[in-house]
Amino acid sequence: MVTIFGIPSAALFGQLLIGLINGSFYALLSLGLAVIFGMLNIINFAHGAQYMLGAVAAFLLLQWTGIGYWPALIVAPLIVGAFGIVIERAFLQWLYKLDHLYGLLLTFGLALIVEGIARNFLGSAGLPYALPDSLRGGQNLGFMFLPNYRAWVIGVSLVICFGTWFAIERTRLGAYLRAATENPTLVRAFGINVPLMITLTYGFGVALAAFAGVMAAPIYNVSPQMGSELIIVVFAVVVIGGMGSILGAILTGFGLGVIEGLTKVFFPEASNTVIFVIMAIVLLVRPAGLFGRRA
Amino acid sequence: MDTMSSPAVTGAHAPPSAVRRNGEAIGFAIMVAALIVAPFFTYPLFLMQAMCFALFACAFNLLIGYGGLLSFGHALYFGWASYIAAHAAKVWGLTPELAILTGTAAAAILGLLAGSLAIRRQGIYFAMITLALSQMMYFVALRMKFTGGEDGIQAVPRGHLFGLIDLRNDTAMYVVVLVIFLGCFLLIYRIIHSPFGEVLKAIRENEPRAISLGYKTERYKLIAFVLSATLAGVAGSTKAITLQIASLTDVNWPMSGEVVLMTLVGGLGTIFGPVVGAFVILAMQFKLSVVGEWVLVIQGVIFVACVLLFRRGIVGEVAALFKR
Repeated sequence: MVTIFGIPSAALFGQLLIGLINGSFYALLSLGLAVIFGMLNIINFAHGAQYMLGAVAAFLLLQWTGIGYWPALIVAPLIVGAFGIVIERAFLQWLYKLDHLYGLLLTFGLALIVEGIARNFLGSAGLPYALPDSLRGGQNLGFMFLPNYRAWVIGVSLVICFGTWFAIERTRLGAYLRAATENPTLVRAFGINVPLMITLTYGFGVALAAFAGVMAAPIYNVSPQMGSELIIVVFAVVVIGGMGSILGAILTGFGLGVIEGLTKVFFPEASNTVIFVIMAIVLLVRPAGLFGRRA
Repeated sequence: MDTMSSPAVTGAHAPPSAVRRNGEAIGFAIMVAALIVAPFFTYPLFLMQAMCFALFACAFNLLIGYGGLLSFGHALYFGWASYIAAHAAKVWGLTPELAILTGTAAAAILGLLAGSLAIRRQGIYFAMITLALSQMMYFVALRMKFTGGEDGIQAVPRGHLFGLIDLRNDTAMYVVVLVIFLGCFLLIYRIIHSPFGEVLKAIRENEPRAISLGYKTERYKLIAFVLSATLAGVAGSTKAITLQIASLTDVNWPMSGEVVLMTLVGGLGTIFGPVVGAFVILAMQFKLSVVGEWVLVIQGVIFVACVLLFRRGIVGEVAALFKR
C-alpha cells in the first residue's frame, strides 16, 4: 500500500476530499454571510437555520409531492429565499439604523424559532435523503475512489462561488451593489431603488444558504440542528478571512475545510477544534483577518 | 465605529443623581426583602438556581451594558467554572468555599486568555470570536476525561462551609447563595460607579474619543472582560455546588444565548434588569417544561419581540415610566 508520512494514501486523499466537501459548505455560507453583511450591516445568525431549512425543504418536497433532487435544487432555495424576503420586510428593515448587535440578536431569535419548530415536527434524529440516481457510483482515479456525488458538490460550489464573485465584482448590477454598500444615500439619489436591492440581496444570501442545504442533504442526514453546529464554525471562518473580500471568503472556506480534513488524518482529537485554534492564531498575528481591511 | 450608540443602551444610564441613587437604594431593599421572604412561598432550590443565573446575567451585563461589548460566549466561563468547582469539591475534596474559589480562578484565567484575543476586533467580530472560542472549549469539555462527557459531573458534594456548616441543609445553602449573590451584586454596582466604570462607559459611547483623551481603551476593555468572566465564574461554581451537578448544558452555546436573553428581557445596561430577566426566564422555563421543544420557539419569539418592540427591557421600560 502506498503511504505518505506513514498514512495510507487512500485515507489521506479520502479525508482531503471530505475536507473539500466541508470547505464547499464553509465557502458557500461565509460567502452568503459576507454578501448580506455588506448590504444590510447585519450578521445573519439565522444563516445556519436557513441552510437547514433548505435541506428540510428538499426532504419534504420529496416526501409530500415526490419532487426529486434536481428540481429541489432550484425550488427549495426559491422557497427559502422567499421566506428570507418576508423576514427582511417584516423584521430586519427596522434595524438598519440601530447598532449591529440588534441584528445579531434578532436573527439569533429567528434561528431559535426555526430550529425549535423543526425539532417539534421532525424530531432531533437525522432523516436520510437518498442520493439522486444519476450521481450514484464513482470514479476510480487510481490513487483513490472518487464518489460522483462528492465531485459534483465540489464542482457546483466552485461554480456558484465564482459566479457570485463575478456577478458582484464584474457586472453592472454588482457595481450598483458595491456602490450601495459604500454610500446608499448617494446611490439612491441616482434613482436606484436601494431598499429593493437590500431586500433582494438578503433573499439571495438566504437562497444561497438553502442551496448549500439541499446539496448537504444526501451527504449528512437532514436534522434540525445541522445548521446551528455549522454556523459557529462558519463564524470562525469569517473571522479568519474577514468579510471585506468575496474571493477571500471563498479561499478561506475551502482552505480551512482542507486543513480540517488533514487534521482528521494526522491528529483526529483536534479535528473539531482546529478551525478555532487557527482563528486564535490569526487574531494574534493578523488581527484584521487574512483578507480583511482594518476596521 | 461599532460602539453601542443606540438610544436603548445609552439612555438607560444618565449621570447619577440623588433621585436615581435613592431609587436604586429602594430597589435594592425590595430585592433583598423579596429574596429573604421568597423561600417561604416557593421552592428554595429554584430560587438558588435563579440567583446563580441572575449573577451570571449581571456579570454579562457588566460587559455589554457598560462596556458595549457583546460576548456571545459567556457559557465558557460559567460552564468551565462549574466543571472545575465540581471537580475540586468531588475529587480533590475541597471545602465548598475553596471549590468555588478554584472554579472562579479558572474562569478568570480563561477570561484573560479569551478576552485578550477577542478585544483585537470590534463590534460584530467581537461577538463571533467569543462565540467561536466558547464552542472550542465546549469541544474540549466534551473530549476531556474529568468532565464526564455526556454524563457531566454528578452528585457533587455540597460539603461543609469552612469545614463547619453542613450545606446539605437547604436553609444554610440558601443563605450562602444569597450572601454570594448580594456580595457580587454590590461589587458590580461599585465597579459601575467607580472611575473605572465611567471610563468604560466613555469607551462604549465613543472609543476613538476615549483614545484621544489618553485612555488605553484596550486595557480597560480587557479588565472589564476579565471581571465579567470572573463573576460569571462565581455564578457557575456556586451553581455547581448548589445543584450538585456540572454538565455540558452549562458550557454549550444555547447557554450563552440564554444569558443574553435574560439580560435583554430585563434591560441592557440597567442594574436590576439582569436579575429581573433571569427570574422571568427561569420561571418561564419552569412553568413551560411540559411543552418540551416549544421552549426554544418561545425563547426565539421573546428575542424577536424584545429587539423590535422593547429594547429597553422590563426594568428600562419601568424606569422610563417613572422618568416622565
